[in-house]
Amino acid sequence: MQYKTKIIILSLLLILIFLFFYKVLLTEKTYQPRSMIGKSVPEFSVENLKDANRKITNQDFSAKETIILNFWASWCVPCRIEHPILLELKKKYKLFLIGINYKDSTSNAKKFLNELGDPFDSIGSDPKGEVAIHFGVYGIPETYVIKKNKIVFRHIGPLNQDVVNKILSLK
Amino acid sequence: MIKKFFIAILFSFLITNVSFGNDQLKNKIYKNLRCVVCQGQTIYESNSDFALDLKKLVEKKLNNGETEQQIYSYLISRYGDWIVMTPKFNLSNVLLWIIPLGVFLIGLLTISKITRKSKLNS
Repeated sequence: MQYKTKIIILSLLLILIFLFFYKVLLTEKTYQPRSMIGKSVPEFSVENLKDANRKITNQDFSAKETIILNFWASWCVPCRIEHPILLELKKKYKLFLIGINYKDSTSNAKKFLNELGDPFDSIGSDPKGEVAIHFGVYGIPETYVIKKNKIVFRHIGPLNQDVVNKILSLK
Repeated sequence: MIKKFFIAILFSFLITNVSFGNDQLKNKIYKNLRCVVCQGQTIYESNSDFALDLKKLVEKKLNNGETEQQIYSYLISRYGDWIVMTPKFNLSNVLLWIIPLGVFLIGLLTISKITRKSKLNS
């Protein structure tokens, strides 16, 4: 192979490597695992903070066409940030929301909702974080869209307008 | 009396041995599970909330009689292959296993070619 051809091939290779890394650098950095997507809601049963006589179970997710499941806590600062968006999902778009109160005390959770508003149709209590592990939660806040008992979307971190648009497109 | 004494010693030895074995298995599992919210740490090394929750869950599952493989399968179904430090060999990660071997073989071939060439030249 001639020297000139070698130089051209090498330059093209370097350009390709540069373009590849440049594209990777520009992509979104947040890791959104897909391991639970397409799976049924895992089996669980928790205390209902709104109705002490009725537990919240995985069976509840078959009752509605689309359900938004949100893991939150009163001590979680990003949950406070995303809370207005959850209120909007409830009030403006009339979505059915189930909240799972993660490693929190009932009194603090109720205080939080009294102060900021309550978007949830029902709230389950997960004081030990076991339900969160069943759902493969990394850290709160975390939101799932469940259609006919199947998880179709998940978002780790506080909700934003882009995520809301995605959720609405799945409705 | 002496008989009772020996039985008590034997019993306590058995209990210690069983709990030591359980601890060994528990630590082995902890060392093979990634703390997904930490930087390259296993749950054995981490004291994050996530790691502590996972440790409690592993302990509970072991006490319920689940095997090491059952625990890994459960966690892989929740968090993906990423949760275990030694991922299984499957179609989606076949390249990760084959590439190092391929590079090693190419290296060997190149070295043998060069040495053969230099021998011929000399």
